[in-house]
Amino acid sequence: MQRCGRVPLWLLGSVLLIRFTSGISAVDRDVQQTRPDSRPEPPSESTPNQSHADHGHGSSAVGGIPVVTFKWHHVETPYQVALWILVAGLAKLVIEANHHVTNVIPESALLICFGFILGGIIWGADKVQTFKLNPTVFFFYLLPQIILDTGYSMPNKLFFGNMGAILVYAVIGTCWNAASLGLSLWGCHQGGAMGDLDIGLLQYLLFGSLIAAVDPVAVIAVFEQVHVNEVLFILVFGESLLNDGVTVVLFNVFDAFVSLGGARINAVEIIKGIISFFVVAFGGSLLGLVFGLLISLLTKVTQKVKIIEPAFVFVLGYLSYLTAEMLSLSSILSITFCGVSCQKYINANMAESSVSTVRYVMKVFANGSETIIFVFLGISAIDTEIWVWNTGFILLTLFFIFVYRIIGVFFLTWILNRYRLVPVEFIDQVIMSYGGLRGAVAYGLATLLNESKIKEKNLMICTTLLVVYFTVILQGITMKPLVNWLKVKKAAVSELTLIEKLQSKVFDHMLVAIEDISGQIGHNYMRDKWNQFEERWMTRILMKKSVRKSRDCVFKVFHQLNLKDAMSYVAEGERRGSLEFVRNESAFIDFKKKFVDDCSGAMPDITACMSDDYSAMSSMSRIDQVPSVSLEMHEQNMKGVRETEDINTHHLLQQHLYKGRKQHRHRYSRSHFNVNKDENEVQEIFQRTMRNRLESFKSAKMGVSPPKKISKHTKKDQQQKVPNGKSTENGKRYFSGDEDFQFPEGDASGFAASDGSHPFPMTYRAGAGIENPAYIPDLDPMAAEIPPWLAEYDAGPVAPSQRAQLRLPWTPSDLGRLAPLRISTRSNDSFAQADAPAAQQKDDEPPTPSKRDGRNM
Amino acid sequence: MGASQTRPEHRHQDLADRTGFSLEQIKNLHKRFQQLSGDEDTISKENLESIPTLANNPIRKQIIGAFFDKSAFAECLLAAGGAPHFPYRHQRGFILFGLRNQHRGEAGSCDQIGFEQFLMVMSHFRPPTLKMTAEEKEAMRREKLRFLFNMHDTDNDGTITLVEYRKVVEELLSKSGSIGQEAAEAIADAAMLEVASTNVPTMGPDDFYEGITFEHFEQILKGLEMESRMHIRFLDVDTTTMRCGKSTS
Repeated sequence: MQRCGRVPLWLLGSVLLIRFTSGISAVDRDVQQTRPDSRPEPPSESTPNQSHADHGHGSSAVGGIPVVTFKWHHVETPYQVALWILVAGLAKLVIEANHHVTNVIPESALLICFGFILGGIIWGADKVQTFKLNPTVFFFYLLPQIILDTGYSMPNKLFFGNMGAILVYAVIGTCWNAASLGLSLWGCHQGGAMGDLDIGLLQYLLFGSLIAAVDPVAVIAVFEQVHVNEVLFILVFGESLLNDGVTVVLFNVFDAFVSLGGARINAVEIIKGIISFFVVAFGGSLLGLVFGLLISLLTKVTQKVKIIEPAFVFVLGYLSYLTAEMLSLSSILSITFCGVSCQKYINANMAESSVSTVRYVMKVFANGSETIIFVFLGISAIDTEIWVWNTGFILLTLFFIFVYRIIGVFFLTWILNRYRLVPVEFIDQVIMSYGGLRGAVAYGLATLLNESKIKEKNLMICTTLLVVYFTVILQGITMKPLVNWLKVKKAAVSELTLIEKLQSKVFDHMLVAIEDISGQIGHNYMRDKWNQFEERWMTRILMKKSVRKSRDCVFKVFHQLNLKDAMSYVAEGERRGSLEFVRNESAFIDFKKKFVDDCSGAMPDITACMSDDYSAMSSMSRIDQVPSVSLEMHEQNMKGVRETEDINTHHLLQQHLYKGRKQHRHRYSRSHFNVNKDENEVQEIFQRTMRNRLESFKSAKMGVSPPKKISKHTKKDQQQKVPNGKSTENGKRYFSGDEDFQFPEGDASGFAASDGSHPFPMTYRAGAGIENPAYIPDLDPMAAEIPPWLAEYDAGPVAPSQRAQLRLPWTPSDLGRLAPLRISTRSNDSFAQADAPAAQQKDDEPPTPSKRDGRNM
Repeated sequence: MGASQTRPEHRHQDLADRTGFSLEQIKNLHKRFQQLSGDEDTISKENLESIPTLANNPIRKQIIGAFFDKSAFAECLLAAGGAPHFPYRHQRGFILFGLRNQHRGEAGSCDQIGFEQFLMVMSHFRPPTLKMTAEEKEAMRREKLRFLFNMHDTDNDGTITLVEYRKVVEELLSKSGSIGQEAAEAIADAAMLEVASTNVPTMGPDDFYEGITFEHFEQILKGLEMESRMHIRFLDVDTTTMRCGKSTS
């Protein structure tokens, strides 16, 4: 990456990508075309390069002052970097676009494969690999942001709750992996399994240490797509994060041993090595904590400079990495703990926009460099220089890595399970051992090897690469099927409801109390003590005064739910073309108060209040979206305080400004949630489709006499009252509400005419919900419009759990009521075919019977 | 009576079989029990409330209340009924009313509980072991939830009413300082609505959601991850050393 390159190659790369997407296979031709261009340029010589470029640009440089000059060399490095980022980004874009592929093959594996292709092109053009993942770039510019991101978005409670296990896996497990691999390879070497290699025991141990660590980048890339349960995830993830630090430390220790030479290593040196191991690891972590606190303190006072506020986080995070590197402490651990320790405080201290900026930028950096790392891991493979094949060494390494990982995980888990409160299950252990993916850190360390001291450096790089490919590609691909096959407990995808959050908080307190009562000093006791300490000191020092209150997690959930409601509320308003109703500030509070009043009175007569309140009813009855009833409830109140003309205008507009039919169709192709169920659109569509359907149904309806209909109807009514579980009066009352709603609008919609006969609308409504699905096959012209209705109707009882945070307890029935109401419009329809003139009046009562008759005949 | 008093190991063994605690753990807990009760055979609410470490637990009243919940311990009648020597009456009582948590009919709470009840409550919070079957885990979960439910259900009528729920939420949030009572109320209301809308989606408009029954409670907390978190480590030894063994013998 750091050395020369040439523009055409980059163009080629991008062109290739574009070709990729469009499926045009003109790559070969392209290569043929570009190659002559790139050949005459000798690498890293500017003059011919420039002259060539000038030629390309025509004759601007004739003499005198050049109007335009082409200064490739001037911009070479940044240009290359930018182009590489672009290429990697495009690669990601292409890969993400093919979702069905990423479902099977993890993204990381695809990126590596893409790297193979790119590397092949470069090699084909150059006959030498000019771009490699270079350790400086990797460790200074690509790795830090990934680690910072993982630290920053670490689930703290889970992480510290499983800290013991994670540390055991990360420290002991990594040491075990390194030692066992090194010793076994050495043993095999002594046994003559690898032929003639110039590798001593120390070099083997060095190799073992560099390849021992599970790579966080690879692990997250794979496990993110699998959604295993959170304990398993945090174990694998935490281990991979911390053992990176461990492996770097181990590597440095063994590197020092190797430079020292076997002869001069004595007990003192070994003890020094062990001490330095701990100093480096814990020193790094401490340094990270210090920097984390520093960031927290800084963000406490940065509210005046909101724009650069997020930058502090990145700069200080990066500084913690560099400082640790400078002090030869573990930089990875440093930046990890920096992220872990500061997240809580900076999220509270900074403005909301800054927090999301930090989050996004962090993700952009991390995701970007992850992509680049994988692509370069692929590119690095296409290089004849490093491919030194030694069957014994390579295969044995692969085998040992796999086996020792399994042994290590099972043995350590066996020990841990004796002490763990909740044992790690067998299946989880299998996944853990299978999830031992190696990645770029190992490769970066391998390239750091000193060739003068280690003769077989290329063999080691080659083996490391193979191990990386093997684990990331093969194990990555098989991970998902394995997880499914073993039925590993998956993470619950549902988001936490408020009550669950509340209850888990209650549970926390309860556990502490039980521990207190039983006189134990356990995990919960310690956590409680820590929380108190944190509450008393840390937050006071590190957090802005103003934000301490909103920090409570229950309150946060509540706040988020409110925010979500508000968002959909606004969306709803925009969809209706007016945000007017949002501006009423008192509405929310009003609603609250009303609700409180209603609840304190044991049995509030909500229906009476609703049918009295015209505006309330109207808003209820023209609900467009079932899932957002909570919003309607707000609105209902808001409407209540506004002038009638306003409402009327609003309704009128709403009535007449519905979308044309074409757009309506288009809407159906979108998600169910957004389907517009405007009453009048439905009416319109129904009128238009009426004529078609008339033909097909007419013959069936002809002989039916009204009395028969009615009698059947009432019979049906009686049958259905029970299953529907709604009392007759309720239906009636609602209906009267409907009338109220329809009349003032002066619209000729169907419901207005039906007011004379109360029981009928009620009954058709009762029937409709059950009856209509049976008719779907019959209603061919309507088929396109049906699914949204049904979907909504089905969604009705299910949806409210999340969204109905602010709904009155009795509104679910309204849900049930609204959907059939809409379906009933369809019934209206079917009646109309039977009796075309009657359709003009749009009498509501007979549709169900007529339909039923149609079926009977 | 006297016979079993002379053989505490036997008695403890019996309890161990039933509760799943190891003998050491029972010994420790018994020591603790005596310490708390002042060497009495029964323990009262005041005893528990005087535990100093409990002082800053915002919902200690409810938690302690759940210990003394009659519906959870039918046998506490016997305990309160003046059984002077703790375990012996209880043993019998326990055999008679072996079905804990089933006696929904008896409302109210008792003032005193014996060691056995104390141990029973504690046993709900034992960590699961690898050997446990799915049913046993499920039963444990239910017991925990029952305790949690009783905690909220202060008047022991089998439902958590809004008023009761609000009270808990308020106290829960009272420690976190600046959240006002109004916010707490709003949160409680919203949570209650959540329960209502999840459990009774087809409720009629005149229906009033009276409160959370245990079935609803169970339903709504289905997603709550309990198996991996909601446990307490009971030490085998009566020190604060961190050498902890598996809780079941």
